[in-house]
Amino acid sequence: MIEGPRHAGRRSSRLPFLVVGALVAAVAALALPASGLGVEGKSSQACQLSVFSWWTGGGEAAGLDRLIKIWNRTHSDCKFKNETVAGGAGTNAKAVLAKRLAAGNPPDSFQGHAGAELRDYIKAGQVEPVDFIYRQYGFAKVFPKSLINQIRYQGRLYSVPVNIHRANVLWYNPKVLREHRIAVPKTWAQFVAALKKAQDAGVIPLSMGEQWTAKHLLETVMIGALGPKGWAALWTPGSSARWSSKAVTNALNRYATLLEYTNSDAASLTWQDAGKLVADGEAAFNVMGDWQDGYFSGTKKGGNLALKPGTDYGWAPVPGTAGVYDWLSDSFTLPKSATHRQQAVQWLSFLGSKQAQDTFNPVKGSIPARKDANAKLYGPYLKWALKQWKTNALAGSLAHGVVAPNAWNADIDTALGLFLQTKSVSRLQTALVAAAKKNAK
Amino acid sequence: MTKIRRWGPGLLLVSPSIFLVAVFVYGLIGWNVKVSFSDWRQAQETSGFDTSAYAELFPADTGEVGEFAGAVVTGDQPESLSTDPAWIIDLHHALLFTLVFVLGALLMGAVLAFLLDKGVKGEGFFRAVYLFPMAVSFIAAGVVWRWLMNPAPGNRSTGFNLLFDKLGLDFLRNEWYLGTDWGAAALAIPAVWALSGYIMALYLAGFRGVPEELREAARMDGASEWRVYRHVVFPHLRPVTLSALIILGHISIKVFDLIVAIGGKQLITQTPAVYMWILIYDARDYAKGAAIATLLLVGISVLVVPYLLYTVRSERRV
Repeated sequence: MIEGPRHAGRRSSRLPFLVVGALVAAVAALALPASGLGVEGKSSQACQLSVFSWWTGGGEAAGLDRLIKIWNRTHSDCKFKNETVAGGAGTNAKAVLAKRLAAGNPPDSFQGHAGAELRDYIKAGQVEPVDFIYRQYGFAKVFPKSLINQIRYQGRLYSVPVNIHRANVLWYNPKVLREHRIAVPKTWAQFVAALKKAQDAGVIPLSMGEQWTAKHLLETVMIGALGPKGWAALWTPGSSARWSSKAVTNALNRYATLLEYTNSDAASLTWQDAGKLVADGEAAFNVMGDWQDGYFSGTKKGGNLALKPGTDYGWAPVPGTAGVYDWLSDSFTLPKSATHRQQAVQWLSFLGSKQAQDTFNPVKGSIPARKDANAKLYGPYLKWALKQWKTNALAGSLAHGVVAPNAWNADIDTALGLFLQTKSVSRLQTALVAAAKKNAK
Repeated sequence: MTKIRRWGPGLLLVSPSIFLVAVFVYGLIGWNVKVSFSDWRQAQETSGFDTSAYAELFPADTGEVGEFAGAVVTGDQPESLSTDPAWIIDLHHALLFTLVFVLGALLMGAVLAFLLDKGVKGEGFFRAVYLFPMAVSFIAAGVVWRWLMNPAPGNRSTGFNLLFDKLGLDFLRNEWYLGTDWGAAALAIPAVWALSGYIMALYLAGFRGVPEELREAARMDGASEWRVYRHVVFPHLRPVTLSALIILGHISIKVFDLIVAIGGKQLITQTPAVYMWILIYDARDYAKGAAIATLLLVGISVLVVPYLLYTVRSERRV
C-alpha cells in the first residue's frame, strides 16, 4: 500500500539532478567562449596604463579622477585604464589582486599601503624595487627621511607614497565638552579623568566601532605608552622579548582601562557610526584616523555630515602621543613583468611630484608625503596635520599595514578578538608574545 | 560496433560535462587538498610536504609533526604548536549556528506546511509569501537583519529591541549577535527566516504525496486527526526530512555571506568559512586556509555520502 507513492517519489527525484546537470552544462558553455574572447581582446588593444586601486568612492575617487585627467593630457599615447575594485581599506581589492598576480596577469601599477603590508608581494617576487625612481627624481630630498627609512625593506624601496593619513587623532564634540566642563585631555591621567567626567554626565565617554577600530585604538594607546622608538622596536626581528616586557603590560592595562569607557554595542558599528556618535553629541570622544575629518566636513550629497571644523567637531593628538605622527600611506608599486613598464615608471614619478600630490590630497582629505606642500590648498584640519607632519616623530600604523606584515596582523586580530571577549590582559599579552615569536623575522 | 552505437552517442553527449566536472570540481578539490598538506604558509609558493596547518587546527598532534613543520617553514627552532584559539571559537559558532538553523528551519517549515495542508484560503498567496525570503540573497537579508538585531542600548535602539521597548517587553531586549555564548544562535535566525519557506515547500509536497485514501482509511478506522498525521502522514515524510537535513546542513557548514553581512570580519561572529577567507586573503596562509576548506568538505561529505549510499541502496531494493 505504501509502496506506490514512495516508488513514484523516487523516480521523480532524479529530475532535479537532470535539471542541475543541464544548468551546469549551459553555464559552462556560456563561460568558456567568453573567457576565450577576453584573452584575445586584450592583446589587440593599444597602449593603456592599467592602474589597480580600491579608490571607488568619495574624495579618493574624485582625487584619482583629477590625476587621471592630468595623466591623459600629458600621455595621449598611453591613456589611463582605471581598474578599481570596491571595498573599504581594499579588503576585496586585495583578494582580486592576489588572484591576478598569481595568474601572472598583473596591472601596470597597483595600490598598497606603504610598509610591511607590501612584504608579501616583495617576498613573492611580484614587485620591483623603485629606488632608481627616487634617485632620478630626487624624492629622497622631499620625503621625510624617517618615512623613507620606515618603508624600506632590506635596504630597498618598493613603492611611491601618494598621501599620508594620521591615525592618532582624538576627535571630540566641543559642545559636549563645554556643557560638561571637560577640558581636551593631553596626558593619560587627564584622559582618564575626562572620560570619567563624561561617563558621570551620562554621555558615552569614548565611542568605538567594530574590531579593526579596536585595533586602531590599541595602536594609538601603545604608541603613547611606549613612545615612537619603543613602538618601532616591537616590529624588529626577534622582538618577542620586548612584547613580554613590563612596559607593554602597562600599555595593555591602559588599553583595558579605556575599553571600560566605550559603548557596549561597539562590534555592531562601523567607524562612521562610531564617529557619528560624537557628531550627534551622544559621545564625547572618538579615536580614528583623519579620514574622519572628510566624513565630518564633507558634503551631505557625498554621504557625509557637512559639519563645521572647529565648532561642530574638534581634534587633538591622542593623549600621550603629542609630537608623534602615527602615519599610514597609500602608495603605488611597479609589478614585475608589467606590460607597460616604461609608462608605469612615468606614472610613479608623476605620483611623487608636487603637482600630483597637491592635486590629489586636498580632495582625498590627506596630506602629501612631500614636505613642500602648498598649505593654502588644504582645509583647517589638514593645515594642522601638515604642520605636525613637518615636526613630529614618525610611528608606523599597525592597523593600516605599515609595521606588521599581513600574517602578523591576522594573528594580532585573533588575540585582540579574544581579548574583547575575555578582557584578560595577561592572556592578550601571552598571545601577542606568541604572535611576535611566530612572525618577527 | 553495435554496442558502441548504443552507448556512444550518450557518452559523447555527457562527456563535456564529465570533463568539466572532473577538472573544475574534483581536480580543484584535489589541488586544494594538496595545498593544505603543503608548507605554503606565506605569500611565496613552496612545495614541501607539511602538516603544520592541520596541527594548528587539532590539539592532539603537537609533537613530532609540529617540530617537523617548524623546521621546514622557518629553519628556526621549532615552536610548540597549540590549537588555534580562533578555530575553537569558530567551531563553537558553527555548532550552535547549525543546531539553531537546522532545527529551527525544519520546525518552522513543518509547521507552515502543516498549516497550509490543513487548508487555508489563498494558499497560493501564503506559499509565495513564505517562499520569497529564499529569493533574497544572504547579503541583502544580512543588511536588514543587522538593523533588526541592533544591540544598541537606550534611545539608539532600532529593530526588535525598539519593538520590545514599545510593547513593554523590556525583558526580551538582548545583545543579539554580540553575545559571547549565544551570539551564533542570533546569527541563525535570519537563516531560519530565509530557508523555512523552502523547507515548507518540501514538506508540502511531501504531504501532498500522501494519497488521500490513506488518510480516509485511517479516519474510517477511528483515528483522530493528530493520529492520522502521527501514524500515516509523518512516516511518509522521512525521505523529505532527510533531504531537508542535508540541504540545511551543508548550507550551515558553508555559511559565509550572511555572517559577513551582519558581523563583518570579527572574531565575535567568525565561522570556519569566514576564517578560511581571512587566512587566505588577509594572512596569506594558503595551507591553513586550504586545510579549513578541506575540513569543511569532509564535514559536508559526512552528511551527504551516507545519504547518497542510502539512496543508491534503497533504489536497488525496488
